[in-house]
Amino acid sequence: MPALVIVAHGSHLNPGSHDPTFAHADTVRAAGAFDEVREAFWKEEPSFREVLRTVESEEVYVVPLFVSEGYFTEEVIPRELRLEDWDVSLWDSDGTDADTATLTAADVDKTVHYCGPVGTHPAMSDVIVQRAESVTEDPDVGEGFGLAVVGHGTNRNENSAKAIEYHAERVREMNRFDEVNALFMDEEPEVDDVTDYFESEDVVVVPLFVADGYHTQEDIPEDMGLTDDYREGYEVPTEVGGHRIWYAGAVGTEPLMADVLLERAADAGADVDEALDIVRKRTATPAAGD
Amino acid sequence: MNDSQLRALREATADGVTCDGLSASRDDAGYTFATPEVHHESLTETEFDALATENPWFVSNWHYWRDTSETNGAFLRWIEHASELGVRERYETLVDGLTREWGQLLVTATLGTDGERSYELRHTADADVENLDSYHDPREARDIATLDDTGEYRPLKTAPTLREGWRFPDLDGRDLVRTVEFFYPATVANWYRERQSDLDVTHFRETAERQTGIYDVVDDLDVDGVERLAETCCVDSQCLKRREWDEDSETTLDVPRGDGEFPCREPCSLVVAAARQFAILESEETRTYELELTPSERSQLGELVDAVADGRVDEIREADVGDGANRYRARYLRAKRLAEGEFESLREKSQ
Repeated sequence: MPALVIVAHGSHLNPGSHDPTFAHADTVRAAGAFDEVREAFWKEEPSFREVLRTVESEEVYVVPLFVSEGYFTEEVIPRELRLEDWDVSLWDSDGTDADTATLTAADVDKTVHYCGPVGTHPAMSDVIVQRAESVTEDPDVGEGFGLAVVGHGTNRNENSAKAIEYHAERVREMNRFDEVNALFMDEEPEVDDVTDYFESEDVVVVPLFVADGYHTQEDIPEDMGLTDDYREGYEVPTEVGGHRIWYAGAVGTEPLMADVLLERAADAGADVDEALDIVRKRTATPAAGD
Repeated sequence: MNDSQLRALREATADGVTCDGLSASRDDAGYTFATPEVHHESLTETEFDALATENPWFVSNWHYWRDTSETNGAFLRWIEHASELGVRERYETLVDGLTREWGQLLVTATLGTDGERSYELRHTADADVENLDSYHDPREARDIATLDDTGEYRPLKTAPTLREGWRFPDLDGRDLVRTVEFFYPATVANWYRERQSDLDVTHFRETAERQTGIYDVVDDLDVDGVERLAETCCVDSQCLKRREWDEDSETTLDVPRGDGEFPCREPCSLVVAAARQFAILESEETRTYELELTPSERSQLGELVDAVADGRVDEIREADVGDGANRYRARYLRAKRLAEGEFESLREKSQ
C-alpha cells in the first residue's frame, strides 16, 4: 500500500505552525487509505531531505500543504526531496492548475507522485466556503454576505496572487455570496481597506493561509481595525466602519482541508474513494444548533 | 509458543528458516530442526512438532521477528541486545526487561505471551520515577516534544531539552518505532543506514551551495566560520545527534562530533538558518574601538556572554550579586556605562 507524505513549511519560532498539518494528517490516517501517513517540514523535522527514508512503502504520494504554486512547490520541495529529472513543465501549469508528476528520488528506491499544492486545487474553493460556514455558524451563509479571500500577495511571485483570485472567482461563480473579492496584505487591493470594497453589511474574511501565525493572528486583525492590539483579541463579528467583519482566521485550520489532501492524491492515481467519503462526513460543517 | 506459531513454522520449513540459532527446513528425507544445543534431521512431522514444543522460545522468537521490516527489525533487535545475547539468555533477561538509551529516551523491552515483545518508553531522567502520565498513541509524542519544561518551543527535536514526566507503558514494536520517530524524526532510518555502511552524508559546503533565496548567502561562510557554527549548534550540549558531516569530504572539522547514538547526516534547517545569520554578520570588517571600563567591568562582559551562551541566565539567583551575569549587576553596569544601548565611553579609533 502506498504512503502519503504531507510536506509543509513549519516554523522555527511558532509552536502552533505544525498543528494544522498534524490535524489533517490524523484525519487522513483515520480514513485508512494509506498504510503510512507522514508529515515533513521545511523548518521542522523530519525534513524534506529525510522524510522519504522514514516510510516503508515503495510508492509515495507527496502533497504540499502550501497555498500557491511558486518557489517552494516548484523549486525547494523537489530539490530537497531529490526528485530526479524534476522540471516545473511536468505540471504544465499556468500557476493555478498543477496536477502531478511521477518521479524517482535519488536517495531512496521509491516512486514519488509529486502533486500540486492543496492551495490551488479546485476543491479548495469549497474549503473557503466551509470556513465561512464555520465562522458564522451558519451552513447556509451567503445571502446578504460578502466574502473576502485574503492572500499574502507579493511582487516576487505572481502566482501567489493568482491562487487568491482563482478561488475568489470560483466562489463568485457559485452565486452564493452577494459579493466576493480578493484582497492582499502586500499589494492592492489591500485588506486594510476591506470595508471600501464591500457594500454588504456582513463580510466574511477568509485568509488563504495554511496555519495561524503572525500574519493571520496579528497583522490582518490589526490592519482591518478589528483590534488595536492583537493580544487583546477581537469579537467575531466585529463592527468596523458600518460593516460586521466575520474574521475566519487561516483557512488551513478548517478540517475539510484533509479532503483536499486526498483529492490531490486521487488526482495522482491513489485509490482513495472510500477515504474521501469518510473524510467528507467527518469534516462536514455541523448544522446550525448542533 | 502457541499452535499457530508452530503451524507457521512447519509451513515455513518449505523455504527453510534460520533465526537466532534456530534452523528448520524440510526436504524429501523429512524435517530438520536445529538449535545451538540440538540438531536433528530426517524427522517426521510428529517428531518435528515434539522438538519445537521442547524449544518453544526459539519458535516464538522466530515468529516474532519474521514480520518486522528490515529497519524496524534491526532497531528492535538492537533494543534487546540480540547480537550479544542468545535466545535463552535474552528470554530470561527480558522477563525483567532489557533497556537501551536513545538520546533522552529510555526504551525497555519485556516479554509478553508467546514471545510477543512489549516496549516501554520514558525519559532517561525518569528511569526510577513511579508516577508518570501514561500515553498510548504514538502521535501523542508530537505534543510532548513540542515544548520544553518551561513551556518554550523546541524547534530542534534532538535538542537535549525533552520534557520529563510521561511514559508510553505498552507499545508494540511498530508503534515503538513510530513513537521514537515522532520524538526524533528519521533517527532510526539514518542509524540503520549507518550500520549498513550506507549513510549518505552531505557536508556543509554541498549543503550551502544547494541553498537559494534568502539562504543563498550561507555559502559565504568560510571554513573557520563553519568550525564555529558546529561548535555553536552541533555539540552534545545543544543537539544529541552525532555530527557526521564536515566542511567537505576532505576537510574535517576539529569540533567534537558528539557521543550520540544516532548520526546527523547533514546540516539541519536550524543550522542553515543560523549559518545564514553568521554569514551576514561575518561580511562586516572589524574596526578598533576604545572603551573605558574597570577591570571588573571588563570581566563582567565575559560573564554575561558566557551566561547567555550556556543558557545559565535563568539559574542565576536574584540576590547573587557576586555573579557578573546577575540581573542587578547587569542593570548597574547599564546604569553606569550605557545610554540607549550604547557604551557612553566608546570611541571608534580612526584607521
